[in-house]
Amino acid sequence: MKPPPFVYHDPATVAEAVDLMSRLDNALPLAGGQSLMPMLNFRVVAPDHLIDLNRIAALSGIEIAGGLGHFGAMTRQRDLEFSPDVARAFPIMQEALSHVGHRQTRNRGTFGGSLCHLDPSAELLNMTALHDGTLTATSKSGERKIASTEWVQGVMTNALAPGEMLTGIELRAWPAGHGFAFEEFARRHGDFAIAAIGCLVILDAAGAIEKAALCVSGLGPGPVRLAGAEKLLAGQKPSHELFRAAAVEAEALEAMDDAFVTAAYRKHLARVLTYRALERAVAARRAAA
Amino acid sequence: MGAKWFGASVQRKEDPALLTGRGRFVDDIKLPGMLHVMVLRSPHPHAGIRGIDKTRALALPGVHAVVTHADLPESMRRQTVPLLVPNPAIKQVYMPYCLARDEVCFAGEPIALVVADSRYIAEDAAALVDIDFEPLPAIADCADALAPGAPLAHRDATSNLGAHIPLNVGNVDAAFAGAAHVFREQIFQHRGGPFFMECRGMIAAPDPATESLTIYVSSQGPHRHKRVLLDLLDWADHQLRIVTPDVGGGFGPKGSFYAEYGALAAAAMQLRRPLKWIEDRQENFLSTQQERDQYWDVEIATDADARILGIRGKLVHDSGAYMPWGVVLPWIAATTVPGPYVIPSFKLDVLCAFTNKVPTSPVRGAGRPEAVVVMERLVDRVARELGLDRAEVRRRNFIQPAQMPYKVGIIFRDGRPVTYDSGDYPVCQQGALAAVGYEQFKARQAAARREGRYIGLGFGNAVEATGLGPYESATARVATSGKITVYTGATPQGQSHKTTLAQIAADQFGCTPDDVTIVTGDTAATGLGVGSFAARTAVNAGSSVHLASKEAAQKIRQFAAAMMEVAEGDIELENGFAKVAGSDLKRSFREVAAKAVGMPGFSMAGGPLPGLEATSHFTPDQSTYSNGTHVAEVEVDIETGQVTILRYLVMHDCGHVINPMVVEGQVVGGVIHGVGNAFFERMVYDGDAQPVSTHFGDYLLPLATDSPNVEVLHMETPSPLNPLGLKGAGEGGTIPAIATLMSAVENALEPFGVRIAEAPITPQRIVELLGEAAKGRTK
Amino acid sequence: MSDRRKIKLTVNGRDYERETETRTTLVDFLRHELDLTGTHVGCEHGVCGACTVLVDGISARGCLMLAVQAAGRKITTVEGLANPDGSLNTLQQAFMDNHGLQCGFCTPGMLTTLTEFLAHNPDPSETEIRVAISGNLCRCTGYQSIVAAALQAARVLREGKS
Repeated sequence: MKPPPFVYHDPATVAEAVDLMSRLDNALPLAGGQSLMPMLNFRVVAPDHLIDLNRIAALSGIEIAGGLGHFGAMTRQRDLEFSPDVARAFPIMQEALSHVGHRQTRNRGTFGGSLCHLDPSAELLNMTALHDGTLTATSKSGERKIASTEWVQGVMTNALAPGEMLTGIELRAWPAGHGFAFEEFARRHGDFAIAAIGCLVILDAAGAIEKAALCVSGLGPGPVRLAGAEKLLAGQKPSHELFRAAAVEAEALEAMDDAFVTAAYRKHLARVLTYRALERAVAARRAAA
Repeated sequence: MGAKWFGASVQRKEDPALLTGRGRFVDDIKLPGMLHVMVLRSPHPHAGIRGIDKTRALALPGVHAVVTHADLPESMRRQTVPLLVPNPAIKQVYMPYCLARDEVCFAGEPIALVVADSRYIAEDAAALVDIDFEPLPAIADCADALAPGAPLAHRDATSNLGAHIPLNVGNVDAAFAGAAHVFREQIFQHRGGPFFMECRGMIAAPDPATESLTIYVSSQGPHRHKRVLLDLLDWADHQLRIVTPDVGGGFGPKGSFYAEYGALAAAAMQLRRPLKWIEDRQENFLSTQQERDQYWDVEIATDADARILGIRGKLVHDSGAYMPWGVVLPWIAATTVPGPYVIPSFKLDVLCAFTNKVPTSPVRGAGRPEAVVVMERLVDRVARELGLDRAEVRRRNFIQPAQMPYKVGIIFRDGRPVTYDSGDYPVCQQGALAAVGYEQFKARQAAARREGRYIGLGFGNAVEATGLGPYESATARVATSGKITVYTGATPQGQSHKTTLAQIAADQFGCTPDDVTIVTGDTAATGLGVGSFAARTAVNAGSSVHLASKEAAQKIRQFAAAMMEVAEGDIELENGFAKVAGSDLKRSFREVAAKAVGMPGFSMAGGPLPGLEATSHFTPDQSTYSNGTHVAEVEVDIETGQVTILRYLVMHDCGHVINPMVVEGQVVGGVIHGVGNAFFERMVYDGDAQPVSTHFGDYLLPLATDSPNVEVLHMETPSPLNPLGLKGAGEGGTIPAIATLMSAVENALEPFGVRIAEAPITPQRIVELLGEAAKGRTK
Repeated sequence: MSDRRKIKLTVNGRDYERETETRTTLVDFLRHELDLTGTHVGCEHGVCGACTVLVDGISARGCLMLAVQAAGRKITTVEGLANPDGSLNTLQQAFMDNHGLQCGFCTPGMLTTLTEFLAHNPDPSETEIRVAISGNLCRCTGYQSIVAAALQAARVLREGKS
């Protein structure tokens, strides 16, 4: 299980990187390496060129201002995990990150790398969709913004065009004090989620749900916002019937079927976890109020 | 002399080196001129090989050779790897060639060795070897394999039936005819692989000057490997030395001789350079032997009072593509079923089927966990059907201590009748259940149910044959420097033999364990040896080390007594000195050893035999039987199917204990293997026997967050069959665990009428079994 | 033609300069180029943790890094943990006291992982320790003796600081 031979490049700037990407055939970018290196070791990919992005300091960074969070694509998961700014503006993210792999993988793994690799159950994918994220793709010809709703083109296939690389992610923060809950089911700690639900809520003064966001991941190739449930919940007092209705909508989503996990089980989990996420997010908000 | 070190939790001699990165595993060994090997393996579960073209591979810079069957020496081409444990029950023997000749029978079977300057280049070259395959029909499931018209696992076979073992004790038909109750259970059990952390590996280093080979191999016993290799090479004893250095886990499958070992040895001789092959994890999934599927269809007959009258049924066992251990594994499984209970009649038809999957062989527990699942599920069933307490049904059927030694009536795989030597099963169960508060559990369970929580308690009893023969070797030697070395064929892979055996020797020599060095796993150090597997080392090597040390110590006294002109009985051994009791007279071991080797030209006739050394091969008459009771409390989340182990307790009896700390480590480690088998481990194949789970992302092993704290309580019923009263401890943690956890889950789901008759039992499966009830609060 | 680079790095406080093929993983480089065989290879796909080393004090899987990525970095392996006089450090001693290893193959990765963890978590709970080593597979101990060792080490380190 040794990597196949390649020519190694380690550009110091984004400009150098996109120049390499435009010139070289069969080139792959190397971000945190926690997904790509196993693929290289298994020889399921055989790039002629490897473009190591780890020396590009400009690609890392967390900046939260004006209700928006700007993240460089190479920002380590570890840095997201330990950032007090992220904890304040995107509290659900730290809860989600506690499910992402293990200490050692979060130390190297990156925000952008996870989004580009596009494992269907990636927690950061869920976070991006949940917060109406916008992704910035850069190529030799300049920058392009891609809405998170456009990011997933198919199973493990992102919306980057040849010669493009992901350079930044922008998330919309929710108002301070919002309720949140991330519910995930995985076989073991740190395993890929079989199903995961991200939930954000704001309650009004009367205790009704003013706004809710629900994002399901792990069922299909990409995360899905439960648009119907979000509409249904708006203006309603939290109740078992309401949570159940959202849960039923989650269960109705299309789901993948493979040798290890059935579609039926994924859908069932989506139902159960949606209910739990709503219940917990609302309770958290009530407790905080 | 009192035993000072036996029974003490002495810290391990192995630790300082391992903790500072100074262990010496096979891949840590570097030899001048060494080349690196990749094994090219079959991608097909079943195929004919029409031709192999090495041209493109050989053209790659850094590639030295591509070795195939045609390149092997004649002695390896005319015979397959020998079967070390033949048995009349075997109908068709299939063992592999060292490299596949013209047919491959499992995905992962070795076809060629690619030899290069580095493993990296070898892998590049392997992709360039062109093999012309003729895909053949493959059979995946062992039960399907026995159906008429099933694809043949071996194309020239008459069927897929490898062996038929009919076991029959007493009159089972009469028992069933007269029984008040008969219950049937069909149980599917899927085990898994050893998944030691250090993959397999071997270095073959030729010495062209002497036409001989030194081999370093990660194994559980180099002597057996030597025996096989001498056959395959048609060599004399002095031409081969096999050494096993530090081993990162074995659990059974490192005890087998694998085809690629023979090929590597032959290739090294041909190329006249040391060759190193290290298995990578993907190969480990494909080619290291595993324990796998068993289908049990069994019935139990009882009288009106739940006393067992008989058990009968059928076991279909998956042998995989070959039978490296003959029928040892299913034989052990079948003969372990009776466990600690009186079973007056017993009839089991054991059928071993060939399939196109990696061969199966004993993995920690060695078929006994499967047997315990069957027996304990049957007993739980009796209890449920008759409305009796599960512990009570077991109490009514226990073999009592007064009945020891107890003849079960079946012949064990060592050729001897299964005779339990000692053990107190009722006290063991009683102690375990009292420790967990069994009597109070029902009330706690009811309270939990009222809160919408589903907790369950399960327990299981097991009796395990340990300390199997034929023997183990030990040579205790005091060098002329006065330092003590004990050589043994025991071959540890984590079991702390270098410490525990030193404890035994130290008691004989009157010194500390630090004063004794145990040298293991080297065919040059001891001529005979068997190895460490099947929980046999404490009994066999422990006894041999004890006897050899005792005899060598006696020689010290003999020589010292003559030197000081006192009676032997007046000599005490203490800290490297032979001292005369009640006086200042003493001689150091160094002085005594010098005397014992004699002086050139001087006669030693009429005195003790030369040398301060002695050799022992303790040969047990039969196995000695450990036993245990496990209890688990679990909680099942009925909405996700997730099972959390709330508490796990073991009452364990392995006779006298050399080092309590080590035994506890063995038991706890064994339980976690059981947790893996019960909940997590599934080797998934497609319908054509193609492995689908081939890495740790798909095949799940328990993490620290999945593993309960295991409380270990001890009983000691010494074995009367060896000088130290020892029984084996290496597998007792695993053997009852799967049954215990299945029982606990079923108990938790009792309100829903869910029956657990398969392992592993996964959250997905639990949700399937619960049906609508799994919607829980979302209904 | 293989792609090679010269790299400079520091391992266990000692400076090295070597030429390496760019596809060589960090763990293979440490083991075969620098003869530091204490770090072990268990799976080569980033799950088992046997190859865990510290890169500038931060734990990383050596099988998922290229050696060239370690250029200019300070690497700590198991060989660099003992006290300057060669005696076992507090964590290593705690492993020995608690039978925290049997075959010893996962041990180097456990030690580096826990070294990082205890540096940032001086008073951990048992659950936190189990989560901290959830990225390290052990097939021998069942983990509980490792947890006991970590708890002892944490306590001794705290007492040493007070």
